[in-house]
Amino acid sequence: MATPQWSKFFPDFYIERLWDKCIKCRRCVSECSYEAHIWDSKKKTLLEDHSKCVGCHRCEAFCPTKALIIKRHPSDFREHALWTPWFIKNIYKQADQGGVLLTSTGCALPYKNYFDHLVLDACQVTNPPIDPLREPMELRTYIGPKPESLEIEEVNGKFRLKKKLPPLIRVEAPILFAAMSYGAISLHVHQGLARAARDLGILYNTGEGGLHASLYEYGPNTIVQCASGRFGLHVDYLNAGVAIEIKIGQGAKPGIGGHLPGEKVTEEISKTRMIPVGSDALSPAPHHDIYSIEDLRGLIFALKEATEYKKLVFVKIAAVHNVAAIASGIVRAGADAVVIDGLKGGTGAAPTMFRDNIGIPIELAISAVDKRLRAEGIRHRTSIIASGGIRCSADVVKAIALGADAVYIGTAALIAVGCTMCQRCFTGKCPWGIATNNPELMKRLPPEVAYEKIYNLVKGWTHEIKEMLGAMGINSIESLKGNRDKLRAVGLTKEEMEILEVKHAGE
Amino acid sequence: MWRLTSNYKEISGCGITGIISRKGELITGEMIIKAICCQYERGNGLGAGFAGYGIYPEFKDYYALHVMAQSRDALEKVEEYLPKRTFVSYQEFIPIRRVRTIKNPPIFKRYFVKPNLECELVDVCNIVSEEDFMVQLVMEINEKIEGVYVISSGKNMGTFKGVGFPDEIAEFFRVDEYKAYIWTAHNRFPTNTPGWWGGAHPFTLLDWSIVHNGEISSYGTNKRYLELFGYKCTLLTDTEVVAYLLDLLIRKHGLPLELACKAMAPPFWVEIDEMPEEERELYTALRILYGGAVLNGPFAILFAYNGGLVGLNDRVKLRPLVCAQKGDLFFMASEEAALRLICPDPERVWAPKAGEPVIVEMEEGTIPNQKSYLKPRPKEEREDALRIGSLPLSLLTGK
Amino acid sequence: MPLELEVFPFHYSQVNKIIRENLKKGEREFILRGVNGHRYLLAGVSADIKVTIYGTPGLDLGAFMRGPVIRVFGNVQDGAGNTMDEGKIVIHGMAGDVVGYAMRGGKIHIYGDVGYRVGIHMKAYMEKIPVLIIGGKAGDFLGEYMAGGVIILLGMHTLYPERPIAGLFLGTGMHGGVIYIRGKIKESQLGLGLKPYPLDGSDEKLLEGYLKEYCEDFGLELSEVLKEDFIKIIPYTHRPYGKLYAY
Repeated sequence: MATPQWSKFFPDFYIERLWDKCIKCRRCVSECSYEAHIWDSKKKTLLEDHSKCVGCHRCEAFCPTKALIIKRHPSDFREHALWTPWFIKNIYKQADQGGVLLTSTGCALPYKNYFDHLVLDACQVTNPPIDPLREPMELRTYIGPKPESLEIEEVNGKFRLKKKLPPLIRVEAPILFAAMSYGAISLHVHQGLARAARDLGILYNTGEGGLHASLYEYGPNTIVQCASGRFGLHVDYLNAGVAIEIKIGQGAKPGIGGHLPGEKVTEEISKTRMIPVGSDALSPAPHHDIYSIEDLRGLIFALKEATEYKKLVFVKIAAVHNVAAIASGIVRAGADAVVIDGLKGGTGAAPTMFRDNIGIPIELAISAVDKRLRAEGIRHRTSIIASGGIRCSADVVKAIALGADAVYIGTAALIAVGCTMCQRCFTGKCPWGIATNNPELMKRLPPEVAYEKIYNLVKGWTHEIKEMLGAMGINSIESLKGNRDKLRAVGLTKEEMEILEVKHAGE
Repeated sequence: MWRLTSNYKEISGCGITGIISRKGELITGEMIIKAICCQYERGNGLGAGFAGYGIYPEFKDYYALHVMAQSRDALEKVEEYLPKRTFVSYQEFIPIRRVRTIKNPPIFKRYFVKPNLECELVDVCNIVSEEDFMVQLVMEINEKIEGVYVISSGKNMGTFKGVGFPDEIAEFFRVDEYKAYIWTAHNRFPTNTPGWWGGAHPFTLLDWSIVHNGEISSYGTNKRYLELFGYKCTLLTDTEVVAYLLDLLIRKHGLPLELACKAMAPPFWVEIDEMPEEERELYTALRILYGGAVLNGPFAILFAYNGGLVGLNDRVKLRPLVCAQKGDLFFMASEEAALRLICPDPERVWAPKAGEPVIVEMEEGTIPNQKSYLKPRPKEEREDALRIGSLPLSLLTGK
Repeated sequence: MPLELEVFPFHYSQVNKIIRENLKKGEREFILRGVNGHRYLLAGVSADIKVTIYGTPGLDLGAFMRGPVIRVFGNVQDGAGNTMDEGKIVIHGMAGDVVGYAMRGGKIHIYGDVGYRVGIHMKAYMEKIPVLIIGGKAGDFLGEYMAGGVIILLGMHTLYPERPIAGLFLGTGMHGGVIYIRGKIKESQLGLGLKPYPLDGSDEKLLEGYLKEYCEDFGLELSEVLKEDFIKIIPYTHRPYGKLYAY
């Protein structure tokens, strides 16, 4: 007798079929890559396997007669404040399979979200709000190390620079697309991100899976990533973008490396990553050439030397307890930008325990890192790029007021292309064609659609940011940077406010 | 006790006026009083002040400390302290008149001093230049001696300011009896009422004096930027930020005055993108490096020093500023009417463009201890000035 | 005529700059003398050139390079051939830790011993196969995470005749490629799940080809090298951790 599988007994979702509307067209069967809809050819009817439903809502969205509703499974366990269904079902899964719980996206636990406890300021009477539709409003941002002061000389009655600035990256909005690898997401999404980045004058990040040949043309808007697995990493790749990001860690899984499950390593991915088809693409926890901060300096300068100092080198870390001191070391090691990915940062695949329990919220990390770098007098030597849980333009504004130069968005961009946050990216079966390399599923999201949606999202956000800046009475983004005057806390403790360097509302 | 530091940034609207004679001819106090009083509607009686340059010719080489004290006791502490740090050449109470509406004013006294560069302050702070010494001294007094505040400390200049309408303050300090080659004046409309005499304008640092109309929306960013260089913004006024920015950009970083103004009120990127290459590189660099120094929000500022008067507007012209010229005299004010009143037949009246500084410097060699900031200064010449930036914060805050 | 440089007084950045400048002028052969700790030599250089080095190159010799053939007379420090793409590094001496990290192609021939974590993360695709041959002995974690390519460990020219030919955790996490070892190895030295196999005909042919070139580089007798039997280590699955997760 087969061992019973507890986890199959209690599905998360319930597929409700409205038989008065269903025309048995079987669209649901073809849309569901998890095979939750079944066509019974004998009885000529449709069946459901609720246990296979991941709650992606693809069938519901595409059912031509709107005959489907996907809901939480109504079957309940007896209420218990401690032993919620989440823990019970996880234990069932592990008892069944004996493995590490795997999941996707960012932290799902309801820790205090500091963005939601910070409110913004606006002008009333004493200074005028600015109308961004008709008056200039500048979001242009330069990323990279800057000297502390300028050397000016006068030649023929005109002032000019005595020494030119080192190379810096110009972006037209402080919003960049976070590293999501070719492999974790489909080529089409990559193409959409790249094109949107170009048209918006911002940057996208290749992630660690190498770069598809079709994307080299977007070089001026590209950050290439170098992670410990060194997938698809060669001279042309290093020279392809404007910056190279060394990925040390990721907010969704600090302390462990990257993991592209073998299900997603198709022929094309295998070629770019130079690993066997179907093998797990593992980036180990450490870079094995970096066991210490001086080794990081070693890799930073190896990359700079290999690219003749034409590219900026970013270093990305997960926000952990000691983030401020680590960031300081990173700057001193020569990083041109420090990327801090907070507790809420997303992923295509991470052990659930890591996703939900390790790291600190990005808001606190930004403030702590900014404060530390300022106290040490090295803030101008780097840019701070913050990521992890940036959900809307107000989050962007708050992050910058807390001291970030720019932010990365990942999950938000994926939601823009149709993601419904079912958190099953690691299966490679994404029915929306986003987190998959299955050629059939990929077709569901053509690159043009991906481009349009992502472009629209950032366009909307930049306009909102301009409106918020205008309301604050400032007309360029640099006057928001670290401007705690524009933030007030609602419902934070004294300690939290001290770390964030903000006053309470009403103060 | 007086509050030198408060938790609230004060917000105020205002009227401002400035006059300079390029040939260093002396202008009576009556003229500036007339001009600022004409803009009566711009204030609300909660602050007014004047700064005059060239008012102490007999002590031209001494730093003139205008000291405001809450009580005789407090003043005594200063008088114990000053001889330890400086050579006091002469001291007297600042002559005042009784004004019916001004109740319980502080005590004002002035001291003409030279720094004692042998004293312990020099060793502790590793100070070499006289000016750094004076900045340090003023900060020490303001922070450490309770109930006392130095309201100006430049050579051959002085500030007269307090709580009241400009005519009342002028009457109180007998401003009409002074003669100066540069005058600035301020008429204040604060939205909150700290009612503190030291909070009035002009705000000074050495011989820099600033009067300011408007609110700086980027205050939080500017404050944090200045902190990077060791400045502690304790007064929570926008004006303090402007003073420190000028000190940083001009005195420490050696920027020519014009570019320092451009750093504070930069051209827009669309303008920079259209500039010829060399200029574009310069302004791009200026914006990239000095993003923290951008004064964003509405302002019109007049600042003066021994040798010049500068007017500057924010980059979208959210506060008024009008200038006029007659011969060697230049006038700047919030309202044209103020200028017309004291100069009915100007050769030229103009409203400067947003973000374009109006810089009027005196002819070379006109006055004693004259300063000029039109040229960039190379790094070698800035070394001494930079030392103050490296002082430990504890010394600046007095903690 | 090769371009000969005395680089001792120069910073590594200057040395690389000089090489790159002369490369552009058409120079194809370089001799670097007085190398001592210079990091990143030839890093990222994409050209078919010959470089002879006398001395002790520092970190990441030939990192990311595509094409150069480097011959070192001396020992090399850590990270030689880091993520190298094409070309060759011949080392007449010993090499430090993490040699050939994430190597994607080309060859590294080392006369003597190597340190820890050598040949980890090596990759391969179709005909593009990196080859790393070690004449001496290796430390722990040889071929860790190996996804492709060939490592050959000879154990012949060593400072430590008393030690086993390789350290512990050999090939741990290996999911592609092959490691050949001259002589025997204890199973306890291998990464989890790995086993030694005897060579078959096709292995022998491959091995002979690789070793012939190796022997030519160092003036060795191929027959001497082939005197002893080889074993091979290959992954038992291309997904050694596939069952680690509960979905």
